[in-house]
Amino acid sequence: MKKEEISVCILRVGGTNCDAETKRAFDDLGVKAKIVHLNVIIKKGNLLNYSAIVIPGGFSYGDYVRAGAIWAKEVSVKLGSELQKFAEAGRPILGICNGFQVLVEAGLLPGFEGISKYPEAALATNVPIGYYCGWVYVKHENRGKCIFTQKIPKGKALRIPVAHAEGRFIFSKENENAYLKRLCDNDQLVFRYCDENSEPANGEYPVNPNGASYDIAGICNPSGTIFGLMPHPERAHYGWQLPDWTKRERMPKYGDGRLIFESMVECIKEK
Amino acid sequence: MMYRAKIEISLKQGHSDPEGETTAESLKELGYPIETTKVSKVYEITLSARSAKEANRLVDEMCRRLLANPTKDNYSFTIEEMQ
Repeated sequence: MKKEEISVCILRVGGTNCDAETKRAFDDLGVKAKIVHLNVIIKKGNLLNYSAIVIPGGFSYGDYVRAGAIWAKEVSVKLGSELQKFAEAGRPILGICNGFQVLVEAGLLPGFEGISKYPEAALATNVPIGYYCGWVYVKHENRGKCIFTQKIPKGKALRIPVAHAEGRFIFSKENENAYLKRLCDNDQLVFRYCDENSEPANGEYPVNPNGASYDIAGICNPSGTIFGLMPHPERAHYGWQLPDWTKRERMPKYGDGRLIFESMVECIKEK
Repeated sequence: MMYRAKIEISLKQGHSDPEGETTAESLKELGYPIETTKVSKVYEITLSARSAKEANRLVDEMCRRLLANPTKDNYSFTIEEMQ
């Protein structure tokens, strides 16, 4: 597919607030991206006209019930069969922060056996409790399956900010060890919180800002085409978004977050 | 028939409850002999159903489909017929 033929759907509902920044990231890469309200997609029934979907960050429906839960059920009920076709065709779906919560609540991630009827994981309340907003490092752990990180060397620590109150990735106690093993064996583990030298956080706050199991910051589905992460790559796209750029001798042109969007676009082009 | 359901969503045993722990600390600071504090969420729902059995089935389904995430949540509920 030629770059100019790519069309990214950035979904939004009430409470979404990272759609414009996400669109700007694609604009910078010369890719057509459109912010579309979920109701419009449902009405037009044209989800399959898009090359990729992004569910951006925000506080959809006030984070009521659980963050992402209401949007997830709405998508499942009103857009379920189209979304399933989209996912089964291997078209990329990216969920950032609230988008990650939606993908987990909708059963698309981890999606061990395809889209699950009930969530197989949760993004629970942060430990320590509270909204955490700050820059973190995440280590790229994927061995090559995730299409969203193809341009990132394995082991590289990316500096990207997080901003959430419900980001503690967990599995159920009874399945924790088996699911973690499955995640690693399937090459679904993508990012883990680490320090600037790529050393794992080992649960230590604030290197791991939310108490996530196994320091998990981002995972993909078994085919690597659906990816969710708590950090915000769209807020680390340009050099001027870095918190310390004024202290540097030369401001870098881009931040680490851009690598995720670049990788995604490259993979769509190759299809 | 109209029914009123009271649904409680609580954390499963062994899962961290940072809200409960923080609240317990505050209650201790106020001088209360607190051992533990657990936080749960209560929904009060009114619904129409043909029978109590059907109301039970519907509320159970609501819990499984939306109100609880089986990874970390337990749910329980009571149902009463409204006059």
